[in-house]
Amino acid sequence: MTDMKETSLTLGPVYYLWDAEKWRDFHFRIADEAPVDRVVIGETVCSKRQHFIEPHLAEVVERLESAGKTVILSTLALVTLNRESKQIREMAEVSEHLMEANDLSALAILKDKPHTIGPLVNVYNAPTARLLASRGATRICLPPELPFSSVKEITAELPDIDFEVFAFGRMPLAISARCAHARSKGKIKDNCQFVCGEDPDGLPVRTLDRQSFLALNGVQTVSHACQSLLSELDHLVEAGVRSFRLSPQDCDMVAVAKLHREVLDGTVDADAGVAKLRQLYAAAPLANGFHHAKEGAVWVARTRSLQAAWPA
Amino acid sequence: MELICPAGTPAAFHEAVDAGADAVYCGFRDETNARNFPGLNFSREELREAIAYAKRKGTQTFVALNTFMRAGAEEIWYKGAADAVALGADALILADFGLMAHVAEKYPQQRLHVSVQASASNPDAINFLVDAFNAQRVVLPRTLTIADIARIGKNIRCEMEVFVFGGLCVMAEGRCSLSSYATGKSPNMNGVCSPASHVRYRKDGGELVSELGEFTINRFPAGEAAGYPTLCKGRFDIADSNGYAFEDPVSLDVMGELEALKAAGVKALKIEGRQRGKAYVAEVVSTMKAALNSPPDRRASLLARLRTMSEGQKTTSGAYEKRWR
Repeated sequence: MTDMKETSLTLGPVYYLWDAEKWRDFHFRIADEAPVDRVVIGETVCSKRQHFIEPHLAEVVERLESAGKTVILSTLALVTLNRESKQIREMAEVSEHLMEANDLSALAILKDKPHTIGPLVNVYNAPTARLLASRGATRICLPPELPFSSVKEITAELPDIDFEVFAFGRMPLAISARCAHARSKGKIKDNCQFVCGEDPDGLPVRTLDRQSFLALNGVQTVSHACQSLLSELDHLVEAGVRSFRLSPQDCDMVAVAKLHREVLDGTVDADAGVAKLRQLYAAAPLANGFHHAKEGAVWVARTRSLQAAWPA
Repeated sequence: MELICPAGTPAAFHEAVDAGADAVYCGFRDETNARNFPGLNFSREELREAIAYAKRKGTQTFVALNTFMRAGAEEIWYKGAADAVALGADALILADFGLMAHVAEKYPQQRLHVSVQASASNPDAINFLVDAFNAQRVVLPRTLTIADIARIGKNIRCEMEVFVFGGLCVMAEGRCSLSSYATGKSPNMNGVCSPASHVRYRKDGGELVSELGEFTINRFPAGEAAGYPTLCKGRFDIADSNGYAFEDPVSLDVMGELEALKAAGVKALKIEGRQRGKAYVAEVVSTMKAALNSPPDRRASLLARLRTMSEGQKTTSGAYEKRWR
């Protein structure tokens, strides 16, 4: 059985379009203060945004590495254009850093080179995970949709592969060739003027009955609710999960990382941790329904009788 | 170009064969296929009979096993593949790498097609599946323009099949958990999207409200025809406006682009709709077959009557046209 303290934390890539200086300073602070072991950086959602962070990439990598963090370079979640494939291929050729595959094309390009698998690749069972490991995957972040029953099966069958789960953040639910975000502001993707940059934590999508439901992030659709597996960390560790992914939201991610470390280390109990997390990220309700094989939007309180509740 | 037609029932299968389909695709009555709806799909015996009928008429049968294998229950999918092979399926349509690896190893002679659910959207991805699993055909995602398809065709080592008519996913297929976020049931895991079991209609004043799980998907004022609450085709509030945030309730129709698709190197045209009745299948297949056999200038009039059969009677060329994005 893995000790809770032997676990590690991964900071996922920033999915949203942040102002370039904000993106840089965010990572500087992560480097200096956050108890995360590795940081995934790079544009993941839309290739049109790539140029924004490029001027700061080198200094961010250096700052993170000086602080002892492992840097992993992210790749695009949906690759359709020539220049997008080319960019991944070139990165694979020149980069000395570990890369993360988020799409089939990256899997092809990274074959036989050590790499990680991001939560946007469909790994639903052990045979698929085994296949990816045989092609060079060293760590696999399982999809947010996966219920605990499946996580347990996969980790039990493949104890030598490092598995990670998506423990904090709005859930990446869908990606499209069409940009609903641009369309909502009267633009189309090819002429978007980067309006997604106006919504650093996503643009809320409410139902016609004013229920908070989803959020738009460029071509990506994320959940309104924020996944949190703080209450489930002990079960996941017991099942052999070695690492937990924190997906950046527009909140104090250093505090979010510290809180997860404290719950893993046993210095804060899970219930107190959840209460604190609700304060740290008050913009959205917490949800853990996917883990419990229920609707992804619901929160299942573990302390009582596993009662599922819909967000208010 | 081949015409690939849907069949959700043995009756629809017969209609598709009789109407001139080059191949009919279908699935078993369980969670192994992405149209796992009540009352649809085939038992082993029904598939045996269907394949025999198709073979007599010179039509191929493709069996879709295109959900992702549930961890610990992989045997259900392996058994599905074994039975489909034994029953003489001309191709298996697969999405899960683990299942592709299993089929490629166990049945190296079996034709393997990559399902749209695998989301292979570029040459690197497609060639990876060709090299790793000897995939012979890829069903392309409905996220590409015709120019994209032409470029992909020049750079891959297998055939291309594209959707030309029927339902339209706005999101990259096989990469969408919107349905399970609201209902707990997803295309990838359960073979359903926005399932009827979670749909409710209620009256609110003069309006009809459609709900999926706990969420309102649409409200229809009196006099407006109410549609099915497929999550991505709902009306939502964004900032100060409301409307169809992702896509209108339209269906796909790119039959006007047949020549361009042919020039792009497309080998097969696919009709969506395993959930449709046999009359629909018969009408759509026979009309499209006639259109394919006609000179381009005569196609428009033949295809016009298909429009009346589309969802909401409104159609789009979707991502095939660049401005859709």
